[in-house]
Amino acid sequence: MSSFKISVRQFGVHAILVEWPNRVEESILDEILQFIQYLKKNHLDEKEWEFIPAYNSLTLICKDTVLDFDYLKPKIKEWYAVKGKIEPATRYLWRLPVSYDLEFGLDLEEISGELGMSVERIIELHSQSIYTVYGIGFLPGFMYLGGVPEVLEVPRKSTPRPKVLKGSVGLAGKQTGIYPQDSPGGWNIIGKSPVPMFDVKKENPCFVKVGDKIQFYPISMAEYQLHKIEGEVGIYNLEKKVLDA
Amino acid sequence: MLNIIKSGFFTTVQDTGRYGYRDKGVPVSGVMDSFSVSKINTLLENDENSAVLEITMTGPTLEFEQDSYIVLGGAEMAVTLNDIIIENYKVYKVNAGDILTYGKLLKGFRAYLGIKDGFNTALVLGSRSYFKPITEKDSIKKMSSLPYTKCKLFSPKISKLKVDSVLDKTKLDVYKGPEYKLLTDNQLAQLFYREFTVANENNRMAYQLNELIEGNKVSMLTSATLPGTIQLTPAGKLIILMKDGQTTGGYPRILQLSDMAMSILAQKRSGDHISFKLK
Repeated sequence: MSSFKISVRQFGVHAILVEWPNRVEESILDEILQFIQYLKKNHLDEKEWEFIPAYNSLTLICKDTVLDFDYLKPKIKEWYAVKGKIEPATRYLWRLPVSYDLEFGLDLEEISGELGMSVERIIELHSQSIYTVYGIGFLPGFMYLGGVPEVLEVPRKSTPRPKVLKGSVGLAGKQTGIYPQDSPGGWNIIGKSPVPMFDVKKENPCFVKVGDKIQFYPISMAEYQLHKIEGEVGIYNLEKKVLDA
Repeated sequence: MLNIIKSGFFTTVQDTGRYGYRDKGVPVSGVMDSFSVSKINTLLENDENSAVLEITMTGPTLEFEQDSYIVLGGAEMAVTLNDIIIENYKVYKVNAGDILTYGKLLKGFRAYLGIKDGFNTALVLGSRSYFKPITEKDSIKKMSSLPYTKCKLFSPKISKLKVDSVLDKTKLDVYKGPEYKLLTDNQLAQLFYREFTVANENNRMAYQLNELIEGNKVSMLTSATLPGTIQLTPAGKLIILMKDGQTTGGYPRILQLSDMAMSILAQKRSGDHISFKLK
């Protein structure tokens, strides 16, 4: 038995939006990931359909077909009701190195003032927490991470930077994350990770998927430079751990 | 090879798009006006996914190194092949050394150049569509060249097509978006009983409209967006996501353009008028 009530809505003629209760919750994300596995295995061919999970929603896209929504809506509800407990795809905890050197952490000193907390304590709290990947979007490889400790919540910058450098680690409100490429951005920048979050040369260009977990660990400037070179030549070794369902 | 003598304002290689990576945040890209491009590839008897050049506002000057066949389409521009004026949706033979020159933009905004069997630029994540930094370049550059396969002989089944062009159309068919229900009577009246003007902020990622409607303060969790999704910001701005648009967003998705409406809008530029019609 599935424990949440879902809504199924038409989204243009090529897509369907399935929504769970409007909350950021691990149990909801689990259900979405299980449902994706169930649909892929039993009803919707992966070669024809795209599955886009984010927070409390799952968008199903079939680009070449005009979907029969009246047929699919009850079907999707029925499939969800009978899906039972499914093993989602294997999930990983990724440990990502971050240099919190002030050269990279452009806003560390400023938010230290705002939060009334030392830079060392901010780094400690930021790197102790384990974050959940609730979505990937905005830019290729950009993760929406949940799980920022309440004491680290700090408003986004009043004026966004026209250019935030690739690899920069940002903090804003309930969110933290890595800019996977140079981009304009309004988050407070607290460090930089040498790990490429998106690499078109790899068969799987983005190693992280929705449902995985992330932990950051502090590295020195020298280690940053070394990992950076490894990243550029594509030989970096990431620390990962299989998560139990 | 096709040699780029002049690149034009913004000229890119595009096919039907890059699918299967949206869950990693990669936009689909692909031709903006797929209606016009499908006619071009049909005339050339190409695969529908064959890559074409998308030419925005001002066109390039190009030199063909091998024989082949071409078809122009989309926006109307004054185009000459070795100084002879040529027209849209007609198959032309090109010989090694021929020069194709784009002149004044006459109607529409995006012109297309299709070639027999398509351009053979590198596939990146399954598509040839330019989108930086997925592809190295964001547009073609002067003094570079694009590969295509030589074709000595091709007898097209149809050599010319009369196309019911998208260029004169201004009415965009829309479907209800996932957050359509949030719209008040006042907002609905503002959306469907007036014309809108395309803002200066318009490109392959998104088209903004100048006129504001009543805003929407609803906060929602980030969720998927599609090409053609119309978002309503808290300030009342309408943002229409296009082919290079981001794959997720946090604004209410009030309407969704039909495929044909995407092609119609792709031919509009700053100051052009459009209106919405609910399907």
